Amino acid sequence: MNRLLPALVNRLVIIIPYAWLLVFFLVPFFIVLRISLSEAAVAMPPYLPVFAWADGLSGFIDNIRQFSFDNYVWLTEDALYTNAYLSSLTIALISTVLTLLIAYPIAYGMAKAPATLRPTLLMLVILPFWTSFLIRVYAWIAILKPEGLLNQLLLSTGIISEPLIILNTNTAIYIGIVYSYLPFMVLPLYSALEKMDHSLTEAAQDLGCTPISAFWRITFPLSLPGVVAGCLLVFIPAVGEFVIPDLLGGSETLMIGKTLWNEFNANRDWPVSSAVAAILLMILVVPIMFFQNAQSRLDREGR
Amino acid sequence: MNRWSRFNIASIVIGFAFLYLPIVLLVVFSFNASKLVTVWAGFSTQWYAQLFRNQALMDAAWVTVRVGLLSATVATVLGTLAALAMTRYQRFHGRVLFSGMIYAPLVMPEVITGLSMLLLFVAIGFDRGFWTLTIAHITFTMCFVAVVIQSRLASFDRSIEEAALDLGATPTATFFQVTLPVIAPAVFSGWVLAFTLSLDDLVISSFTSGPGATTLPMKIYSQVRLGVTPEINAACTILIGIVATGVLIASVVSRRQQIQRERDERAAFAGG
Repeated sequence: MNRLLPALVNRLVIIIPYAWLLVFFLVPFFIVLRISLSEAAVAMPPYLPVFAWADGLSGFIDNIRQFSFDNYVWLTEDALYTNAYLSSLTIALISTVLTLLIAYPIAYGMAKAPATLRPTLLMLVILPFWTSFLIRVYAWIAILKPEGLLNQLLLSTGIISEPLIILNTNTAIYIGIVYSYLPFMVLPLYSALEKMDHSLTEAAQDLGCTPISAFWRITFPLSLPGVVAGCLLVFIPAVGEFVIPDLLGGSETLMIGKTLWNEFNANRDWPVSSAVAAILLMILVVPIMFFQNAQSRLDREGR
Repeated sequence: MNRWSRFNIASIVIGFAFLYLPIVLLVVFSFNASKLVTVWAGFSTQWYAQLFRNQALMDAAWVTVRVGLLSATVATVLGTLAALAMTRYQRFHGRVLFSGMIYAPLVMPEVITGLSMLLLFVAIGFDRGFWTLTIAHITFTMCFVAVVIQSRLASFDRSIEEAALDLGATPTATFFQVTLPVIAPAVFSGWVLAFTLSLDDLVISSFTSGPGATTLPMKIYSQVRLGVTPEINAACTILIGIVATGVLIASVVSRRQQIQRERDERAAFAGG
């Protein structure tokens, strides 16, 4: 593939996807940054003009002079935004831990399953991932409603005497996130556990280790790359989640994805929503880089 | 120790029940005669009939399918190129940035991706609608395609490419006659993944589409906010049906190709 081909054609393999991602993925972030530094205006688009190409270099310098950090100052002054960031991080963290606790036994059971059954089990975990996120969240509304299926079941069996209020609370958000992101956690855990050499735990037990301590001293440490990858795959998107808090959460639930959406769609304040997005991005840059490192390490090992 | 314990089986059964029960309930209640989604009142397909008479919903479905087909196809081409670039060129200028741009969209919150792309389209004066929607979908789905194909390329035996080149095939011919047939199952599942991701997307679509390009998830979302109805259940069931069929076909095709390949390999060895 690398031989013979004229250099330019050869390079097109890199250049075409590279250029596409630069233009449609990277450049937009700089535009977000730029607009977050401008002022809102009653116009379409609703912010003061930011690019004055015609004026050349002097226009560009004028442009930089006009940078205003008002939006960021406003975000730090209003407790609503700080609270929304903090509660997003807390909710994402708690949900990630819950997802890990639920996914680990599933992945462990799958890795221990007879080899002939494993492809089917793997397929069954992946399948819900292909069905719409929106639909899966929507399905929970009918279950969690006060007159919903869960309450009907619990009332008819006599476990509870009055309906539980779950919908529109944080509990519903945890359920929604755990449910929607479970496959993302199971898959990396499974691939770490499946590769594991079972003779190691057998050796530990032969040498007098109890099954539980063999698990904590051998199996769990060896599955750590899967744990890290899974947690990042759940945590990062969960911080900025919009659909789940919007459909399952209540009016008092603050999550930054929802705040950004409202700022943009209801208040039509584009500069402030850009600033909200820019700060969210800065918070997530470190975990995203961790994810990238973990992922490229896994890719290298797979080779 | 290395046996499947009762605990293992129980955790799988409970886990899968948790994953599938909500979807099963949703499908079941789409056939409910009552308008109440939580009380069973007999079997009926009236909501499906009503669904097909809902012109706005049908228009949205048509937009969704067109965007999905077009964006999945372009994303598959770009994603294949990106996967080749990542596996075949160990170092080039900006490789770190390139792999960053491949992996970041996989976890990037959709509100950020959606907002940033919208601001790009506004900044360059591109009217929002079908095309902006398609471009946005290509951008985030091509990264998933690239990752799927990359994992196939990583285990690819390059000696067969070398053999083709040594026997005088041009690099282009080698790619189309040797490399592509081998990675074809991965390319195909990449396409199916891109198509379903495009079909499902709500947040990025809401930011990047304009008047006249409302997609099915956007339509469903605006109705869900008003409450749960059997009609939405029916729409969701059809979507699930399409996706499940696609995935089933994809897995059957790739299984069959794998069996064929193993048979070919055995035949080659026997012949040699």
